[in-house]
Amino acid sequence: MKVLVPVKRVVDYNVKVRVKADNSGVDIANVKMSMNPFCEIAVEEAVRLKEKGAVTEIVAVSAGVAQCQETLRNAMAIGADRGILIETDVELQPLAVAKLLKAVVDREQPQLVILGKQAIDDDANQTGQMLAALLNWGQATFASKVEIEGNAAKVTCEVDGGLETVSVKLPAIITTDLRLNEPRYATLPNIMKAKKKQLDTFKPADLGVDVTPRLTTLKVEEPPKRKGGVKVADVAALIDKLKNEAKVI
Amino acid sequence: MANLVIAEHDHGSLKAATLNVITAATAIGGDVHVLVVGHNAKAAADAAAQVAGVSKVLLADGAAHAHQLPENTASQVVAVAGGYTHILAPATPHGKAVAPRVAALLDKAQISDIMKVIDADTFMRPIYAGNAYATVKSSDSVKVITVRGTAFAAAAQSGGSGAVETIAALGDGGLSSFVSAEIVKLERPELTAAKIIVSGGRGLGSGEKYREVLTPLADKLGAAMGASRAAVDAGYVPNDYQVGQTGKIVAPELYIAIGMSGAIQHLAGMKDSKVIVAINKDPDAPIFSVADYGLVADLFDAVPELTAKL
Repeated sequence: MKVLVPVKRVVDYNVKVRVKADNSGVDIANVKMSMNPFCEIAVEEAVRLKEKGAVTEIVAVSAGVAQCQETLRNAMAIGADRGILIETDVELQPLAVAKLLKAVVDREQPQLVILGKQAIDDDANQTGQMLAALLNWGQATFASKVEIEGNAAKVTCEVDGGLETVSVKLPAIITTDLRLNEPRYATLPNIMKAKKKQLDTFKPADLGVDVTPRLTTLKVEEPPKRKGGVKVADVAALIDKLKNEAKVI
Repeated sequence: MANLVIAEHDHGSLKAATLNVITAATAIGGDVHVLVVGHNAKAAADAAAQVAGVSKVLLADGAAHAHQLPENTASQVVAVAGGYTHILAPATPHGKAVAPRVAALLDKAQISDIMKVIDADTFMRPIYAGNAYATVKSSDSVKVITVRGTAFAAAAQSGGSGAVETIAALGDGGLSSFVSAEIVKLERPELTAAKIIVSGGRGLGSGEKYREVLTPLADKLGAAMGASRAAVDAGYVPNDYQVGQTGKIVAPELYIAIGMSGAIQHLAGMKDSKVIVAINKDPDAPIFSVADYGLVADLFDAVPELTAKL
């Protein structure tokens, strides 16, 4: 069984982004970029399924600027077999990404697509579900456990109040939550090997997809700053503040 | 303009998140209709009809909707979507599973997790874990939206006089099936609706200590209980306790952060709380930079003392 794993290049999760002075966006020049953490979990899960024998080939896909190659090499260092880059400088929104991925799915015919549940830059949480809709496939979102059982995937999903297990008929879409696994570190030999793995590049037009954005960002602002308050000396002082100043208890 | 709100419900009753979405729909303007997709869900539909501002409730009641599988729910939404300019769902796990599917089926972009309605096409939403707020304008004829519940007040549960209209329920699309659920029955208020939240981090050291130290305080305050990602990952508490960028977004009157450092991903989930209290023995913990009241103390002494003195 072939698995497709889309991966996104985002500002590293340790970077605290700054809003540009002209409010046109956040400043991502000269900041560290990494693979979106949820995508890393998706790659790791695919590799584990391959190690268990449930998967034969893992294809990583990324859409965006040329530097997304680094993200794909990273996925290949974790264990993806080859990479596909859909290169464009256009700002890609989730619906456009889902359409690009559908075109790749049509070519590659995977039985499973594993994606991160959301990217930590736009926090949209849409692409996997949109891709499932475009393909008319089943979807299991926010997965914390995945088992392949014959022609279906049994997936435990994080829902309000606890966990829900569903069985999705293959081919299917799975989106990963934090507790699905802990991604391994890529070892130096695997990083070297990844450099030699196959990486194909397409343009959106090659795939016949219109990626024109539907949403325009009018402005980006700093959220209202929360002022740090005071330190209180002891528990009694804390209770006094909560009762008499904040009046919340 | 006409708004369709996808109800969050458990068939027998309407969940609180739906009320916040109705307020967002009212802010957009035009009629507000609510769609209840469920099985034996008349009671939830009747409750929706009573909500202030709702003029009509559509009820799609059928066996295929017994487990509210997102594939079937989305198909049902699309079947009734004609004529609506805005389709809204709460930014809950169910809403987040359904809405993008609806958007893609309609070939429309989705605007996720809106915090503010600027006008019928323009909305404010958080990006980068809430470290920036983006104002985005949609050029689509239909807007598919998920709503951040804590950013909109709950609509009144009475005062409405909507009519309930039963519509044909679609059959099962056969893409997925329900296997089982482990839902923890909470005896406390829900995190996203609670007035007070007692939240613990890795400083507690273990699940036993988390319960032993925090439960009496939460009991005394009638508070919901939350946790940092670190505490959830360490197995102290189940996943649905997690407050943060990828967990629950909360905005209670009082948030008491105990034994947690205050990672930006955690702050993203709670910094809109009215009053934040931090108790941590490390005076340099980032949590103190957002806390209204900080107490530098060993939580194992301070929390029992706080509980006793309240």
